[in-house]
Amino acid sequence: MSLLEIRGLAKRFADHTVLEHVSFDVAAGEIVALIGASGSGKSTLLSILTGALAPDAGEIRFDGAPLAQQGRPFAYMPQRDALLPWRRVVENASIGLEVQGVPSREAHRRVRALIEPFGLAGAERRYPRQLSGGMRQRVSFLRTVVQDRPILLLDEPFGALDAITRDELQRWLLDMWRDTGWTIVCITHDIREAVRLADRVLVLPATPGPFVGEVEVSRDIPRDDGLLTDPRVPPLEAQLHAMLRATDYASRSNDASRSNPIA
Amino acid sequence: MSGVALRTRRPAGAAGRWPALIGVIAAPTIAFLLLLAAWQTVAVAGLVPADMLPSPTRVVSAAAAEHTVLLRHAIPTLVATVAGFALSVTVAFATATLLDFSRILRSALLPLLIVSQTLPLIALAPLVVLWFGFGLLPKILLVAFVTYFPMVVGLLRGFADADPESERLLASMGASRATVFRLVRLPASTASFFSSLRISITYAVVGAIFAEYAGAVAGLGVYMQSAKNVFRTDLVLSAVGVSTVLTLCLFGAVVLAERLAAPWLRIEQGRDNALAGGLR
Repeated sequence: MSLLEIRGLAKRFADHTVLEHVSFDVAAGEIVALIGASGSGKSTLLSILTGALAPDAGEIRFDGAPLAQQGRPFAYMPQRDALLPWRRVVENASIGLEVQGVPSREAHRRVRALIEPFGLAGAERRYPRQLSGGMRQRVSFLRTVVQDRPILLLDEPFGALDAITRDELQRWLLDMWRDTGWTIVCITHDIREAVRLADRVLVLPATPGPFVGEVEVSRDIPRDDGLLTDPRVPPLEAQLHAMLRATDYASRSNDASRSNPIA
Repeated sequence: MSGVALRTRRPAGAAGRWPALIGVIAAPTIAFLLLLAAWQTVAVAGLVPADMLPSPTRVVSAAAAEHTVLLRHAIPTLVATVAGFALSVTVAFATATLLDFSRILRSALLPLLIVSQTLPLIALAPLVVLWFGFGLLPKILLVAFVTYFPMVVGLLRGFADADPESERLLASMGASRATVFRLVRLPASTASFFSSLRISITYAVVGAIFAEYAGAVAGLGVYMQSAKNVFRTDLVLSAVGVSTVLTLCLFGAVVLAERLAAPWLRIEQGRDNALAGGLR
């Protein structure tokens, strides 16, 4: 049985439909990438999952039971790191636990245990302003993971980074995933990134409706340097390109800016 | 990685500090000394009668001769200022928090607060003294009155400065509105809070002296008035000097408190230097 089941999700803002008939499953330990151009409702979908928005129709089931408003199984990592400038690295990363009611001493202890694997050793007492972009993103990711929720929701986790740092963090994420078996739903607009990270890539349509298609990426395909030379990769990427092209983004480009108040 | 950050920050700081210090301290000091010199020249040349405008040196020697009396009057003014300021900050915090949570209260009370700023202090001071007597209380209330409004406005602006994305993130973690306020909006107001604190403290001493002018047993305002009544302009100016020193000391205390309470603020504000220094 799937860990997360989403059936017939729909969302409208005033008379403008953003999501319709969105259904997908996520199995435990799986990385699912959702890909689509801006304005395809990616962020709206995430907001519905985190509970910031209520869907107009549809159902979300976790572990077979409908999702309650409180105690959601998701830890959300926003597109921008949203680190608080007055908190040091450890304090920033522990804020999710503090919100859950964990005493700050205990929260800091749990964060410190992850500082080393997250490559933040030595930076514990720095303020966000004293960190590089890649390190800020690691702190943001640590803040997400330490909440110990069953599913991680990543909203374009590496979108704001330069190509080299992005590559470094993607490798690191895959290494961590191999050890931890996290269940991840990752939103991206980068086809290469989607193929590299995911077990399955789902393509959001330009006009509201069900997913355009789905591409499976076998775990046999190496995700490190081998990804670039593996002969199975180009056909997958071409397939995703074709799906994105097939869905008519041009007709929506005018609506894109106002379709999603969250983005 | 940590080495890189520290190496690039230090030289930038050291190189940037001295010119900045010259600008902040040396330039106004020179301007002040030039002004004093001009004043001294005018007074010594006899262009203005010495009773009307005593020379700076005469003011200083008068202050030195009267220093025990001046000190005795400075203390009640200082006490009233600090107490009034503490009251103002406390009430401003409570008000701003309340207004941040309630849109209705905000739209009802903010106009009243703005109108309260138009009340002339010169008319208000005697009334407050009439109502509350010649003791400490009217002084405290008047100091609180003049400093309260900038504090409330500063805090409200500070709360509004909070990063909406951080607020949304906490909400997605299941934080209540009160938790979002405590963890995001309140700390986000630190910079704005301290800048309005710096503005308010300069009004505070003036407020206390005003109340004393309207009627009090002791204080710099009382001293100024009695010195003026016997035409001792040198002593009036001595008292003015003392009140200025008092204000500068309080201002310094606020700046010090800001550095101790929010060390991250300076890192935040020096961000351009840090990034230009190759932190990325």
